[in-house]
Amino acid sequence: MEQVIEIQGLKKSFNGVQVLTNINLTVNRGENVVILGKSGEGKSVTIKCITGLMQQDEGTLRVFGNEVNELARQQLKDLRKRIGFLFQNSALYDSMTVRDNLSFPLKRVSKIKDKKEIEKLSMEVLEAVGLADAIDKMPSELSGGMRKRMGLARTLIVKPEIMLYDEPTTGLDTITSKEISNLILDMQRRYHTSSVIITHDIPCARITADRVLIMSQGEFIAEGSCDELENSEDSFVRSFFK
Amino acid sequence: MFSKRSFSPILIDIANQTIFFKSFFRNSLKRGFEWEEFCRQAYTTGYRSIGIIALTGFILGFVLTLQSQPTMKQFGAVSFIPGMVSISVIREIGPVIVGLICAGKISSSMGAELGSMNVTEQIDAMVVSGANPMQYLVVTRILACTLMTPLLTIFADVIALFGGFTASNLGGEMSSRLYFYKATSVLEFSDVIPSLIKSVLFGFAIGFVGCYKGFNSNRGTESVGLAANSAVVTSSVWIIIIDAIVVQITNVFIYT
Repeated sequence: MEQVIEIQGLKKSFNGVQVLTNINLTVNRGENVVILGKSGEGKSVTIKCITGLMQQDEGTLRVFGNEVNELARQQLKDLRKRIGFLFQNSALYDSMTVRDNLSFPLKRVSKIKDKKEIEKLSMEVLEAVGLADAIDKMPSELSGGMRKRMGLARTLIVKPEIMLYDEPTTGLDTITSKEISNLILDMQRRYHTSSVIITHDIPCARITADRVLIMSQGEFIAEGSCDELENSEDSFVRSFFK
Repeated sequence: MFSKRSFSPILIDIANQTIFFKSFFRNSLKRGFEWEEFCRQAYTTGYRSIGIIALTGFILGFVLTLQSQPTMKQFGAVSFIPGMVSISVIREIGPVIVGLICAGKISSSMGAELGSMNVTEQIDAMVVSGANPMQYLVVTRILACTLMTPLLTIFADVIALFGGFTASNLGGEMSSRLYFYKATSVLEFSDVIPSLIKSVLFGFAIGFVGCYKGFNSNRGTESVGLAANSAVVTSSVWIIIIDAIVVQITNVFIYT
Protein backbone atom coordinates (compact mmCIF):
# COMPACT_ATOMS: atom_id res chain seq x y z
CA MET A 1 0.00 0.00 0.00
CA GLU A 2 1.26 3.51 -0.85
CA GLN A 3 2.61 5.42 2.10
CA VAL A 4 1.69 9.10 2.00
CA ILE A 5 3.53 10.05 5.20
CA GLU A 6 6.76 8.42 6.41
CA ILE A 7 8.46 9.69 9.55
CA GLN A 8 11.62 8.17 10.99
CA GLY A 9 13.53 9.19 14.11
CA LEU A 10 11.91 12.62 14.32
CA LYS A 11 13.32 14.81 17.11
CA LYS A 12 12.40 18.34 18.09
CA SER A 13 13.29 20.49 21.08
CA PHE A 14 12.31 23.97 22.23
CA ASN A 15 14.76 26.02 24.30
CA GLY A 16 16.64 22.90 25.32
CA VAL A 17 13.50 20.93 26.25
CA GLN A 18 13.20 17.78 24.14
CA VAL A 19 9.54 17.57 23.02
CA LEU A 20 9.81 14.87 20.35
CA THR A 21 12.40 12.23 21.23
CA ASN A 22 11.90 9.58 18.57
CA ILE A 23 8.83 9.68 16.36
CA ASN A 24 8.33 6.91 13.80
CA LEU A 25 5.12 6.96 11.83
CA THR A 26 3.75 5.83 8.50
CA VAL A 27 0.34 6.69 7.12
CA ASN A 28 -1.02 4.72 4.20
CA ARG A 29 -3.23 6.16 1.48
CA GLY A 30 -6.86 6.23 2.59
CA GLU A 31 -6.01 5.40 6.20
CA ASN A 32 -7.23 7.24 9.32
CA VAL A 33 -4.55 7.33 12.01
CA VAL A 34 -5.47 8.66 15.44
CA ILE A 35 -2.79 9.92 17.84
CA LEU A 36 -3.72 9.86 21.52
CA GLY A 37 -1.62 11.41 24.24
CA LYS A 38 -1.61 13.72 27.21
CA SER A 39 -1.37 17.50 26.70
CA GLY A 40 2.13 18.78 25.99
CA GLU A 41 3.44 15.46 24.64
CA GLY A 42 4.20 16.96 21.20
CA LYS A 43 1.21 15.75 19.17
CA SER A 44 0.55 19.15 17.58
CA VAL A 45 4.28 19.66 17.02
CA THR A 46 4.35 16.41 15.04
CA ILE A 47 1.64 17.48 12.60
CA LYS A 48 3.07 20.98 12.34
CA CYS A 49 6.35 19.38 11.24
CA ILE A 50 4.42 17.41 8.60
CA THR A 51 3.17 20.66 7.04
CA GLY A 52 6.55 22.38 7.34
CA LEU A 53 5.20 24.93 9.84
CA MET A 54 7.95 23.72 12.17
CA GLN A 55 11.26 22.11 11.28
CA GLN A 56 12.52 19.02 13.02
CA ASP A 57 15.99 18.96 14.60
CA GLU A 58 16.73 15.42 13.47
CA GLY A 59 15.10 12.60 11.54
CA THR A 60 13.47 12.21 8.17
CA LEU A 61 9.96 13.32 7.30
CA ARG A 62 8.62 12.40 3.88
CA VAL A 63 5.23 13.41 2.51
CA PHE A 64 4.30 11.86 -0.84
CA GLY A 65 7.95 10.80 -1.02
CA ASN A 66 9.26 14.37 -0.64
CA GLU A 67 11.60 15.22 2.24
CA VAL A 68 9.73 18.23 3.65
CA ASN A 69 12.83 19.99 5.02
CA GLU A 70 14.64 19.82 1.71
CA LEU A 71 11.90 21.34 -0.43
CA ALA A 72 12.34 24.75 -2.03
CA ARG A 73 9.76 27.42 -1.12
CA GLN A 74 7.59 26.84 -4.18
CA GLN A 75 7.79 23.05 -3.87
CA LEU A 76 6.70 23.29 -0.23
CA LYS A 77 3.83 25.55 -1.26
CA ASP A 78 2.77 23.01 -3.89
CA LEU A 79 3.00 20.20 -1.34
CA ARG A 80 0.85 22.14 1.11
CA LYS A 81 -1.89 22.41 -1.49
CA ARG A 82 -2.26 18.64 -1.16
CA ILE A 83 -2.55 18.78 2.65
CA GLY A 84 -5.51 20.06 4.66
CA PHE A 85 -5.12 21.20 8.26
CA LEU A 86 -8.02 21.66 10.66
CA PHE A 87 -6.73 23.77 13.54
CA GLN A 88 -7.84 23.30 17.13
CA ASN A 89 -9.83 26.56 17.14
CA SER A 90 -10.71 26.22 13.44
CA ALA A 91 -8.64 29.36 12.59
CA LEU A 92 -11.44 30.93 10.54
CA TYR A 93 -10.57 34.31 9.03
CA ASP A 94 -12.70 36.40 11.34
CA SER A 95 -12.80 39.52 9.16
CA MET A 96 -14.43 37.53 6.33
CA THR A 97 -17.87 35.98 5.92
CA VAL A 98 -18.26 32.21 5.55
CA ARG A 99 -18.53 32.78 1.78
CA ASP A 100 -15.24 34.70 1.68
CA ASN A 101 -13.54 32.14 3.94
CA LEU A 102 -14.39 29.51 1.33
CA SER A 103 -13.56 31.58 -1.74
CA PHE A 104 -10.17 32.58 -0.25
CA PRO A 105 -8.44 29.21 -0.85
CA LEU A 106 -10.34 28.65 -4.11
CA LYS A 107 -9.06 31.91 -5.60
CA ARG A 108 -5.52 31.69 -4.25
CA VAL A 109 -4.77 27.98 -4.05
CA SER A 110 -6.98 26.41 -6.72
CA LYS A 111 -6.70 29.58 -8.88
CA ILE A 112 -10.41 29.52 -9.75
CA LYS A 113 -11.55 32.95 -10.93
CA ASP A 114 -15.08 32.20 -12.16
CA LYS A 115 -17.55 33.49 -9.54
CA LYS A 116 -20.25 30.96 -10.48
CA GLU A 117 -17.79 28.09 -10.11
CA ILE A 118 -16.66 29.42 -6.72
CA GLU A 119 -20.28 29.76 -5.58
CA LYS A 120 -21.10 26.22 -6.77
CA LEU A 121 -18.11 24.66 -5.02
CA SER A 122 -18.78 26.65 -1.83
CA MET A 123 -22.42 25.53 -1.70
CA GLU A 124 -21.42 21.93 -2.39
CA VAL A 125 -18.97 21.76 0.50
CA LEU A 126 -21.26 23.70 2.84
CA GLU A 127 -24.09 21.28 2.12
CA ALA A 128 -21.71 18.40 2.78
CA VAL A 129 -20.97 19.74 6.27
CA GLY A 130 -24.57 20.88 6.88
CA LEU A 131 -23.94 24.62 6.89
CA ALA A 132 -25.64 25.78 3.68
CA ASP A 133 -27.71 28.39 5.56
CA ALA A 134 -24.65 30.04 7.11
CA ILE A 135 -22.97 31.25 3.92
CA ASP A 136 -23.41 34.95 4.65
CA LYS A 137 -22.65 34.78 8.36
CA MET A 138 -19.50 36.03 10.03
CA PRO A 139 -17.41 33.46 11.97
CA SER A 140 -18.30 35.27 15.22
CA GLU A 141 -21.95 34.36 14.61
CA LEU A 142 -21.20 30.62 14.47
CA SER A 143 -21.33 28.22 17.42
CA GLY A 144 -18.32 26.04 18.37
CA GLY A 145 -19.63 23.05 16.41
CA MET A 146 -20.48 25.20 13.39
CA ARG A 147 -16.98 26.70 13.44
CA LYS A 148 -15.47 23.20 13.34
CA ARG A 149 -17.74 22.28 10.42
CA MET A 150 -16.84 25.51 8.69
CA GLY A 151 -13.11 24.92 9.27
CA LEU A 152 -13.53 21.44 7.81
CA ALA A 153 -15.41 22.83 4.82
CA ARG A 154 -12.72 25.43 4.13
CA THR A 155 -10.03 22.77 4.29
CA LEU A 156 -11.88 20.24 2.12
CA ILE A 157 -12.91 22.72 -0.57
CA VAL A 158 -9.48 22.46 -2.22
CA LYS A 159 -9.73 18.65 -2.16
CA PRO A 160 -6.60 17.77 -0.15
CA GLU A 161 -5.21 14.24 -0.24
CA ILE A 162 -4.09 14.29 3.40
CA MET A 163 -6.11 15.77 6.27
CA LEU A 164 -4.49 16.71 9.56
CA TYR A 165 -6.89 17.30 12.45
CA ASP A 166 -5.63 19.03 15.60
CA GLU A 167 -8.08 18.08 18.35
CA PRO A 168 -11.21 18.42 16.21
CA THR A 169 -13.66 17.79 19.05
CA THR A 170 -12.04 19.78 21.86
CA GLY A 171 -14.43 22.14 23.61
CA LEU A 172 -17.55 20.58 22.12
CA ASP A 173 -20.40 18.84 23.94
CA THR A 174 -20.76 15.06 23.63
CA ILE A 175 -23.45 15.17 20.93
CA THR A 176 -21.70 17.76 18.74
CA SER A 177 -18.42 15.96 19.28
CA LYS A 178 -19.98 12.75 17.94
CA GLU A 179 -21.44 14.65 14.98
CA ILE A 180 -18.02 16.07 14.11
CA SER A 181 -16.38 12.65 14.44
CA ASN A 182 -18.97 11.12 12.10
CA LEU A 183 -18.49 14.04 9.74
CA ILE A 184 -14.71 13.41 9.66
CA LEU A 185 -15.34 9.78 8.76
CA ASP A 186 -17.97 10.74 6.20
CA MET A 187 -15.65 13.30 4.57
CA GLN A 188 -12.80 10.81 4.49
CA ARG A 189 -15.02 8.37 2.57
CA ARG A 190 -16.39 11.04 0.29
CA TYR A 191 -13.08 12.75 -0.56
CA HIS A 192 -10.84 9.65 -0.17
CA THR A 193 -8.36 11.43 2.09
CA SER A 194 -5.73 9.97 4.39
CA SER A 195 -5.98 11.47 7.86
CA VAL A 196 -3.96 12.05 10.99
CA ILE A 197 -6.26 12.92 13.87
CA ILE A 198 -4.92 14.22 17.16
CA THR A 199 -7.37 13.92 19.99
CA HIS A 200 -8.00 13.23 23.67
CA ASP A 201 -11.54 12.20 22.85
CA ILE A 202 -11.90 8.40 22.97
CA PRO A 203 -15.38 8.30 21.34
CA CYS A 204 -13.90 10.35 18.47
CA ALA A 205 -11.01 7.87 18.19
CA ARG A 206 -13.42 4.91 18.19
CA ILE A 207 -15.48 6.41 15.37
CA THR A 208 -12.67 7.65 13.14
CA ALA A 209 -9.62 5.42 13.71
CA ASP A 210 -8.31 2.67 11.48
CA ARG A 211 -5.24 2.65 13.69
CA VAL A 212 -4.45 4.32 17.03
CA LEU A 213 -1.03 5.41 18.29
CA ILE A 214 -0.36 6.36 21.90
CA MET A 215 2.22 9.09 22.42
CA SER A 216 4.17 9.50 25.62
CA GLN A 217 7.28 11.57 26.33
CA GLY A 218 7.84 12.41 22.69
CA GLU A 219 7.51 8.95 21.17
CA PHE A 220 4.87 6.39 20.29
CA ILE A 221 4.67 3.69 22.93
CA ALA A 222 1.76 1.63 21.62
CA GLU A 223 -0.10 1.02 18.38
CA GLY A 224 -3.19 -0.91 17.41
CA SER A 225 -6.95 -0.71 17.13
CA CYS A 226 -9.02 0.85 19.93
CA ASP A 227 -10.06 -2.60 21.16
CA GLU A 228 -6.49 -3.90 21.17
CA LEU A 229 -5.19 -0.92 23.11
CA GLU A 230 -8.09 -1.01 25.55
CA ASN A 231 -7.02 -4.54 26.48
CA SER A 232 -3.32 -3.74 26.53
CA GLU A 233 -1.14 -5.13 29.29
CA ASP A 234 0.28 -1.64 29.83
CA SER A 235 -1.83 0.14 32.45
CA PHE A 236 -0.83 3.56 31.08
CA VAL A 237 -2.18 2.64 27.64
CA ARG A 238 -5.37 1.22 29.16
CA SER A 239 -5.86 4.40 31.21
CA PHE A 240 -6.74 6.36 28.05
CA PHE A 241 -9.81 4.20 27.54
CA LYS A 242 -11.22 4.35 31.08
CA MET B 1 14.45 33.61 12.03
CA PHE B 2 17.47 34.09 14.29
CA SER B 3 17.32 32.69 17.79
CA LYS B 4 20.92 32.28 18.94
CA ARG B 5 21.32 33.52 22.48
CA SER B 6 24.73 34.99 21.72
CA PHE B 7 23.11 37.72 19.60
CA SER B 8 21.81 40.66 21.50
CA PRO B 9 18.03 41.11 21.18
CA ILE B 10 18.49 44.39 19.29
CA LEU B 11 20.69 42.77 16.65
CA ILE B 12 18.24 39.90 16.31
CA ASP B 13 15.40 42.38 15.87
CA ILE B 14 17.33 44.32 13.22
CA ALA B 15 18.10 41.07 11.38
CA ASN B 16 14.46 39.98 11.55
CA GLN B 17 13.26 43.38 10.33
CA THR B 18 15.67 43.18 7.41
CA ILE B 19 14.35 39.73 6.50
CA PHE B 20 10.78 41.02 6.84
CA PHE B 21 11.58 44.00 4.60
CA LYS B 22 13.17 41.73 2.01
CA SER B 23 10.13 39.50 2.07
CA PHE B 24 7.82 42.52 1.74
CA PHE B 25 9.82 43.81 -1.21
CA ARG B 26 9.89 40.43 -2.95
CA ASN B 27 6.17 39.89 -2.45
CA SER B 28 5.32 43.43 -3.61
CA LEU B 29 6.76 42.59 -7.01
CA LYS B 30 5.11 39.19 -7.29
CA ARG B 31 2.25 38.58 -9.69
CA GLY B 32 -1.27 38.42 -8.33
CA PHE B 33 -1.36 41.69 -6.38
CA GLU B 34 -4.32 41.69 -3.99
CA TRP B 35 -6.12 44.78 -5.33
CA GLU B 36 -9.36 44.10 -3.49
CA GLU B 37 -7.63 43.83 -0.12
CA PHE B 38 -5.45 46.84 -0.94
CA CYS B 39 -8.57 48.96 -1.59
CA ARG B 40 -10.16 47.67 1.62
CA GLN B 41 -7.06 48.63 3.58
CA ALA B 42 -6.85 52.02 1.86
CA TYR B 43 -10.48 52.60 2.89
CA THR B 44 -9.78 51.50 6.47
CA THR B 45 -6.58 53.47 6.93
CA GLY B 46 -7.60 56.51 4.88
CA TYR B 47 -11.31 57.13 4.83
CA ARG B 48 -11.88 56.03 8.42
CA SER B 49 -9.19 58.41 9.65
CA ILE B 50 -10.65 61.47 7.93
CA GLY B 51 -12.69 62.60 10.97
CA ILE B 52 -9.86 62.65 13.46
CA ILE B 53 -7.43 64.13 10.91
CA ALA B 54 -9.91 66.92 10.05
CA LEU B 55 -10.49 67.77 13.70
CA THR B 56 -6.78 67.77 14.51
CA GLY B 57 -5.88 69.75 11.40
CA PHE B 58 -8.49 72.40 12.11
CA ILE B 59 -7.43 72.81 15.75
CA LEU B 60 -3.79 72.88 14.69
CA GLY B 61 -4.26 75.85 12.34
CA PHE B 62 -6.67 77.52 14.75
CA VAL B 63 -4.35 77.31 17.79
CA LEU B 64 -1.23 78.18 15.86
CA THR B 65 -2.88 81.37 14.63
CA LEU B 66 -4.23 82.33 18.07
CA GLN B 67 -0.90 81.65 19.76
CA SER B 68 1.12 83.67 17.27
CA GLN B 69 -1.26 86.66 17.05
CA PRO B 70 -0.12 88.54 20.22
CA THR B 71 3.56 88.38 19.29
CA MET B 72 2.98 89.21 15.64
CA LYS B 73 0.83 92.16 16.72
CA GLN B 74 3.73 93.56 18.75
CA PHE B 75 5.82 93.64 15.59
CA GLY B 76 2.92 94.87 13.43
CA ALA B 77 3.17 91.72 11.37
CA VAL B 78 -0.35 90.31 11.68
CA SER B 79 -0.62 90.14 7.91
CA PHE B 80 2.22 87.61 7.88
CA ILE B 81 0.27 85.14 10.03
CA PRO B 82 -1.38 83.23 7.12
CA GLY B 83 1.98 82.69 5.45
CA MET B 84 3.60 81.69 8.71
CA VAL B 85 0.81 79.22 9.49
CA SER B 86 0.87 77.67 6.02
CA ILE B 87 4.66 77.25 5.97
CA SER B 88 4.77 75.84 9.54
CA VAL B 89 1.92 73.44 8.92
CA ILE B 90 2.93 72.26 5.46
CA ARG B 91 6.66 71.98 6.07
CA GLU B 92 6.70 70.45 9.50
CA ILE B 93 3.72 70.32 11.85
CA GLY B 94 1.16 68.81 9.45
CA PRO B 95 3.17 65.75 8.37
CA VAL B 96 4.48 65.06 11.88
CA ILE B 97 1.10 65.41 13.62
CA VAL B 98 -0.66 63.30 10.97
CA GLY B 99 2.16 60.76 11.22
CA LEU B 100 1.83 60.52 14.98
CA ILE B 101 -1.96 60.22 14.78
CA CYS B 102 -1.63 57.49 12.14
CA ALA B 103 0.95 55.75 14.32
CA GLY B 104 -1.55 55.71 17.18
CA LYS B 105 -4.55 54.77 15.10
CA ILE B 106 -3.31 52.68 12.18
CA SER B 107 -0.06 51.11 13.35
CA SER B 108 -1.62 49.93 16.61
CA SER B 109 -4.66 48.53 14.81
CA MET B 110 -2.44 46.65 12.34
CA GLY B 111 -0.29 45.31 15.19
CA ALA B 112 -3.34 44.16 17.13
CA GLU B 113 -5.15 42.69 14.11
CA LEU B 114 -2.19 40.70 12.79
CA GLY B 115 -1.16 39.76 16.35
CA SER B 116 -4.63 38.42 16.98
CA MET B 117 -4.56 36.53 13.67
CA ASN B 118 -1.24 35.05 14.77
CA VAL B 119 -2.59 33.98 18.16
CA THR B 120 -5.67 32.35 16.63
CA GLU B 121 -3.52 30.56 14.02
CA GLN B 122 -5.22 32.33 11.10
CA ILE B 123 -1.82 33.20 9.60
CA ASP B 124 -0.70 29.56 9.98
CA ALA B 125 -3.95 28.50 8.30
CA MET B 126 -3.08 30.68 5.31
CA VAL B 127 0.46 29.26 5.19
CA VAL B 128 -0.59 25.60 5.33
CA SER B 129 -3.30 26.14 2.73
CA GLY B 130 -0.59 27.25 0.29
CA ALA B 131 -1.78 30.89 0.25
CA ASN B 132 0.67 33.74 0.77
CA PRO B 133 -0.08 35.74 3.96
CA MET B 134 2.79 38.13 3.26
CA GLN B 135 1.23 39.15 -0.05
CA TYR B 136 -2.33 39.24 1.25
CA LEU B 137 -1.89 40.74 4.72
CA VAL B 138 1.39 42.64 4.78
CA VAL B 139 2.01 44.04 1.30
CA THR B 140 -1.53 45.43 1.02
CA ARG B 141 -1.43 47.06 4.46
CA ILE B 142 1.99 48.67 4.07
CA LEU B 143 1.25 50.00 0.57
CA ALA B 144 -2.19 51.28 1.59
CA CYS B 145 -0.63 53.09 4.53
CA THR B 146 2.16 54.49 2.35
CA LEU B 147 -0.41 55.86 -0.09
CA MET B 148 -2.98 57.15 2.40
CA THR B 149 -0.68 58.94 4.88
CA PRO B 150 0.45 61.63 2.37
CA LEU B 151 -3.16 62.07 1.20
CA LEU B 152 -4.27 62.52 4.80
CA THR B 153 -1.41 64.97 5.32
CA ILE B 154 -2.53 67.09 2.35
CA PHE B 155 -6.08 66.99 3.70
CA ALA B 156 -4.90 68.02 7.19
CA ASP B 157 -2.82 70.87 5.74
CA VAL B 158 -5.83 72.27 3.87
CA ILE B 159 -8.10 71.96 6.92
CA ALA B 160 -5.41 73.60 9.09
CA LEU B 161 -5.49 76.64 6.78
CA PHE B 162 -9.27 76.80 7.28
CA GLY B 163 -8.64 76.61 11.04
CA GLY B 164 -6.15 79.46 10.75
CA PHE B 165 -8.62 81.49 8.71
CA THR B 166 -11.33 80.95 11.35
CA ALA B 167 -8.97 82.08 14.14
CA SER B 168 -7.89 85.15 12.13
CA ASN B 169 -11.50 86.21 11.82
CA LEU B 170 -12.16 85.93 15.54
CA GLY B 171 -9.99 88.90 16.44
CA GLY B 172 -10.14 90.92 13.27
CA GLU B 173 -11.40 90.85 9.76
CA MET B 174 -9.64 89.25 6.85
CA SER B 175 -11.43 88.11 3.74
CA SER B 176 -11.06 84.47 2.80
CA ARG B 177 -9.59 85.49 -0.56
CA LEU B 178 -6.90 87.62 1.06
CA TYR B 179 -6.16 84.99 3.72
CA PHE B 180 -5.69 82.13 1.27
CA TYR B 181 -3.75 84.35 -1.14
CA LYS B 182 -1.34 85.27 1.65
CA ALA B 183 -1.18 81.67 2.85
CA THR B 184 -0.38 80.19 -0.54
CA SER B 185 1.72 82.94 -2.12
CA VAL B 186 4.61 82.28 0.26
CA LEU B 187 4.67 78.56 -0.56
CA GLU B 188 7.13 77.08 -3.01
CA PHE B 189 7.61 73.61 -4.37
CA SER B 190 10.61 73.30 -2.09
CA ASP B 191 8.18 73.54 0.84
CA VAL B 192 5.63 71.07 -0.47
CA ILE B 193 7.72 68.32 -2.08
CA PRO B 194 9.98 67.47 0.90
CA SER B 195 6.90 67.45 3.10
CA LEU B 196 5.18 64.98 0.78
CA ILE B 197 8.26 62.78 0.59
CA LYS B 198 8.44 62.86 4.37
CA SER B 199 4.83 61.78 4.75
CA VAL B 200 5.33 58.92 2.27
CA LEU B 201 8.22 57.69 4.43
CA PHE B 202 6.09 58.14 7.57
CA GLY B 203 3.33 56.09 5.97
CA PHE B 204 5.73 53.32 5.06
CA ALA B 205 7.23 53.29 8.57
CA ILE B 206 3.78 53.18 10.19
CA GLY B 207 2.59 50.30 8.00
CA PHE B 208 5.86 48.40 8.19
CA VAL B 209 6.22 48.62 11.97
CA GLY B 210 2.53 47.74 12.58
CA CYS B 211 2.71 44.70 10.30
CA TYR B 212 6.10 43.56 11.60
CA LYS B 213 5.05 43.75 15.23
CA GLY B 214 1.75 41.97 14.60
CA PHE B 215 3.14 39.34 12.26
CA ASN B 216 5.96 38.44 14.66
CA SER B 217 4.04 38.62 17.92
CA ASN B 218 4.17 35.72 20.36
CA ARG B 219 1.35 33.25 20.75
CA GLY B 220 -0.26 34.43 24.02
CA THR B 221 -3.20 36.85 24.19
CA GLU B 222 -0.99 39.27 26.14
CA SER B 223 1.25 39.53 23.08
CA VAL B 224 -1.59 41.12 21.07
CA GLY B 225 -1.60 44.10 23.45
CA LEU B 226 2.18 44.18 23.47
CA ALA B 227 2.29 44.12 19.67
CA ALA B 228 -0.15 47.04 19.43
CA ASN B 229 1.67 49.01 22.11
CA SER B 230 5.08 48.33 20.67
CA ALA B 231 3.84 49.26 17.17
CA VAL B 232 2.72 52.71 18.37
CA VAL B 233 5.90 53.43 20.31
CA THR B 234 8.28 52.18 17.61
CA SER B 235 6.51 53.87 14.71
CA SER B 236 6.31 57.17 16.67
CA VAL B 237 10.04 57.03 17.32
CA TRP B 238 10.67 56.25 13.65
CA ILE B 239 8.57 59.27 12.64
CA ILE B 240 10.73 61.57 14.75
CA ILE B 241 13.94 59.99 13.42
CA ILE B 242 12.80 60.15 9.77
CA ASP B 243 11.69 63.74 10.30
CA ALA B 244 15.10 64.73 11.66
CA ILE B 245 16.89 63.02 8.75
CA VAL B 246 14.65 64.50 6.04
CA VAL B 247 14.85 68.01 7.53
CA GLN B 248 18.63 67.74 7.60
CA ILE B 249 18.78 66.55 3.99
CA THR B 250 16.31 69.25 2.91
CA ASN B 251 18.39 71.93 4.63
CA VAL B 252 21.55 70.77 2.93
CA PHE B 253 20.18 70.32 -0.60
CA ILE B 254 17.32 72.83 -0.86
CA TYR B 255 17.59 75.68 1.61
CA THR B 256 21.35 76.30 1.47
